[in-house]
Amino acid sequence: MLMFILRRVATMVLTAACLTFIVFFLTNLEPNLEKVAKSEAGSRISDAEVESWLERNGYTRPIFVRYGEWLGILPGWTGTEPDGRPRGRCVDRAADKANAPRYCGLLQGDWGFSTVFKQPVAEIVATRLALTGILMFWVMALMVPASLLIGVLAGMREGSRLDRTLSTFSIATTATPEYVSGVIFIVFLASNAGVQWFKGTATSAMDGVTFENFFLPVLTIALYGIGYIARMTRASMTEVMTAQYIRTARLKGMSFPAVVVKHALRNALIAPFTVIMLQFPWLLNGVVIVETLFNYKGFGWTLVQAAGNNDIELLLACSVVAVFVVLVTQLISDIGYVFLNPRIRVS
Amino acid sequence: MSKWQHDGPILEIENLSISFFTRLREIPAVMDFSCTVMPGEAMGLVGESGCGKSTVALAVMRDLGRNGRIVGGSIRFKGRDITRMSEAELRDIRGSEIAMIYQEPMASLNPAMRIGRQLMEVPMIHEGVSAEEARRRALEVVRDVRLPDPERILRAFPHQLSGGQQQRIVIAMALMSKPALLILDEPTTALDVTVEAAVVDLVKDLGRKYGTSMLFISHNLGLVLETCNRICVMYSGEAVETGSIAEVFDRMRHPYTQALFRSIPLPGADKNTRPLVAIPGNFPLPHERPPGCNFGPRCDYFEKGRCDAADVPMFRVPGDARHETRCLRFQEIDWSAPPRAAKPTQKTPVGDVVLRMEDLRKYYEVSGGLFGGGGTKLVKANETLSFEAREGETLAIVGESGCGKSTFAKVLMGLETATAGRILLYNQDIQDTPIEKRSTETVSSVQMVFQNPFDTLNPSMTVGRQIMRALEVFGEGRSDAERRQRMLELLDLVKLPRAFADRMPRQLSGGQKQRVGIARAFAGGAKVVVADEPVSALDVSVQAAVTDLLMEIQRRNRTTLLFISHDLSIVRYLSDRVMVMYLGHVVEIGSTDQVFSPPYHPYTEALLSAVPIADTHVKKKHIVLEGEIPSAMNPPPGCPFQTRCRWKGEVPGGLCEREVPPMVTLAPGHQIKCHLPREVLARMEPVITIAAE
Repeated sequence: MLMFILRRVATMVLTAACLTFIVFFLTNLEPNLEKVAKSEAGSRISDAEVESWLERNGYTRPIFVRYGEWLGILPGWTGTEPDGRPRGRCVDRAADKANAPRYCGLLQGDWGFSTVFKQPVAEIVATRLALTGILMFWVMALMVPASLLIGVLAGMREGSRLDRTLSTFSIATTATPEYVSGVIFIVFLASNAGVQWFKGTATSAMDGVTFENFFLPVLTIALYGIGYIARMTRASMTEVMTAQYIRTARLKGMSFPAVVVKHALRNALIAPFTVIMLQFPWLLNGVVIVETLFNYKGFGWTLVQAAGNNDIELLLACSVVAVFVVLVTQLISDIGYVFLNPRIRVS
Repeated sequence: MSKWQHDGPILEIENLSISFFTRLREIPAVMDFSCTVMPGEAMGLVGESGCGKSTVALAVMRDLGRNGRIVGGSIRFKGRDITRMSEAELRDIRGSEIAMIYQEPMASLNPAMRIGRQLMEVPMIHEGVSAEEARRRALEVVRDVRLPDPERILRAFPHQLSGGQQQRIVIAMALMSKPALLILDEPTTALDVTVEAAVVDLVKDLGRKYGTSMLFISHNLGLVLETCNRICVMYSGEAVETGSIAEVFDRMRHPYTQALFRSIPLPGADKNTRPLVAIPGNFPLPHERPPGCNFGPRCDYFEKGRCDAADVPMFRVPGDARHETRCLRFQEIDWSAPPRAAKPTQKTPVGDVVLRMEDLRKYYEVSGGLFGGGGTKLVKANETLSFEAREGETLAIVGESGCGKSTFAKVLMGLETATAGRILLYNQDIQDTPIEKRSTETVSSVQMVFQNPFDTLNPSMTVGRQIMRALEVFGEGRSDAERRQRMLELLDLVKLPRAFADRMPRQLSGGQKQRVGIARAFAGGAKVVVADEPVSALDVSVQAAVTDLLMEIQRRNRTTLLFISHDLSIVRYLSDRVMVMYLGHVVEIGSTDQVFSPPYHPYTEALLSAVPIADTHVKKKHIVLEGEIPSAMNPPPGCPFQTRCRWKGEVPGGLCEREVPPMVTLAPGHQIKCHLPREVLARMEPVITIAAE
């Protein structure tokens, strides 16, 4: 088991390196750098000035070297100002310029400085991620139990009226994207057009979560996932319910609820478990729309800001976090799968 | 709920009718079915697939699914009518009073639950006992079903056990609450013969020990003879004959029963002098049953205007109180008349050697574990296979699953290449040539008939098209018209109407599909045909016809037939020579007579004893092999069979555990791989003896 996890972690690190390099490459394309130069050194500089600015700030060196510096496995570039003061990637960011470290990258905890928020990136990511974490927790808390319940209830008697009702509901929710359902909720549940039970903005939730200010964004994200996971659970449940061992259990004299809970449930959850774990990375994207819609300044909102303002360092940090979340949830999903399904043996 | 006492019959089914309801129509599955099971009695329910025997079993459990409904009659269990019980009452009975053992043990155990929990559930539901008490009982029952190391078994998951062990667990589960009635639905169909023999033995012993009545459902008459006191033969939804085993086996009074017995190979049947008599025609579909007697259209004694006039009731056969038959003419038919003599045929003379195997080996490398890593293991699927097969000869290859017989077929066909040794086809080496590199001539001269006719035909291509495609591949015929003509001739050869050329495989029955498979195999004038269990997926009444067909084509084309099978009855019936395999080794080879009479290899002896024979005159020596077939990944040292051999003590000095025995020639053409000295071999008694009538 330990070997399995170690091997998985190793693959994970490799995947993360590849993915971050792709993001690094894309954010460091020529036109992008030009934009950076213009926003830093003034928007009316000539092409030659742009060139020399990039030259001076180390942007013209090979992409692999820059990637290595950013990661923190290669020493940062150094140079001197025209007035003789030392400067360089690490020197510029260090408080004590004389004793600047040689390495300053992701691995050293130096995530760079956001040009939009005028704050260190690490700080921004930490606070925003925490806010999104709260949102995701409540979404999961609502989505997972609700969808499993719906799926199991629908799947245990295939074709029954209950099944058809719940299936219709799940298909309807999955078919409604967040920007539609979110708007509908705001209009009917939080505005003059309908009842005003909830708040149409979740800005106040950043200071303190209440049912009133937080339920709508949570519901908007959860609803889409509920339909999806419920459909998967239902499919898996109907299949399990026709299995022979379910007949065995029934003919042991067990009552129908006991058959469902003791024999069908665990087998039926094996397939949806992977889907639920896949929801985590998906939620990370899903929050972009909902956080913007409800003006909740979390990770998704930050991502939009960073992308919109060409904030390279922040954008890179966001993608690192996203890659990390995806890979960790997949690892958890693989390990959990082994526990749920005894037939998969890990050697 | 306590078990109530009852003196009368355990199970009384009276005029039971069951129908399945589809959107289109009502399909009667069982009509007017009656039978009685007394305490301690074992009732065998025999019939071909689709005759309704499993439906009866599920009706007793009242578990017919959403579409099935009991439309008439009653099922009384210990005097109480099951058809009128509420769900709660049914739950009380299921598992505690009536328990069921299923056909596929792996599928009937919950894969995600430990064996112990699954067993413990039964008394915990029905008697409300504590977990410790339930565990204690589970241990006891697991010991009762003779499983080694019960503690470990209880902690295991189903996939960690072998098929035979799983079936023992299912039996243990059924016995947990000491039921009054045990329903066994083809309990051994998925198991190997020697494992089957052990399981049947166990069921009989436990039935005696617990005094349980049994309803034993099977298509195998031999198995029913060994396990049951009474038998009920079903045909197309009806019971056609019922009575004690002795009565029905020796004094049958229904034409279907008689035809059934004449179509199975019993000792004494021979392909040349006493061939099997196949039942003509096909099993009627449930919604296309004929008026009157269901068996009428296939019956030799059919009388127009009488047999097809009205539904036939059950008649009591005079002489025995509980022998009944559903035949109007049972008192007019001369039951002792010998079967209408099928033409005896001449034994085909055996020609030159066509195929020669020399020291053939096939090893597989298996990597350890799902996620890679670990060392690779060597699986020795075939070890030093040497034999030759002559023109026009039938060589049977016998052995249980995992003995390497299918691997050998794959190597011969070119689907795999040999690790070492030679395969000579007409003195031409073919062991290293995979099928895609073989010449058309070689490919068409070595062909195969597969076990499962349902999976080997392309479902979206007409039968004629598929045969023509084979002809095209084999380079037969110059134009499509020519090939079409040849295809029609092939259909004639396998005795299918020419109209079948335009049919889709789904419109054909199993036997007809297998005929198409045979036609395809012979399309290029095959010289060597490997028939891998060609009839084991077919119903008994169809088996004889397909076997006959194979024999006839062989006779005409002088084909060499390699007949792979685990069914020794059919092997004895049709083969000239037999090769017995165990764990990749050939343990015995010789002519059919040599192999089927002593001296035997100890494994052959056990195999012969394990095969159920549907003849009351046959006396068999009772040899039950203990233990499981060792895994080919981890074979025992020395002789492959030493872990289960009952003669091992006769070999001095533990030789069996050290050395693989050499091939010993006992008589011309008869070789065995055994350390036993000649004196001991000479002491062996025949396993099967036929008592004088």
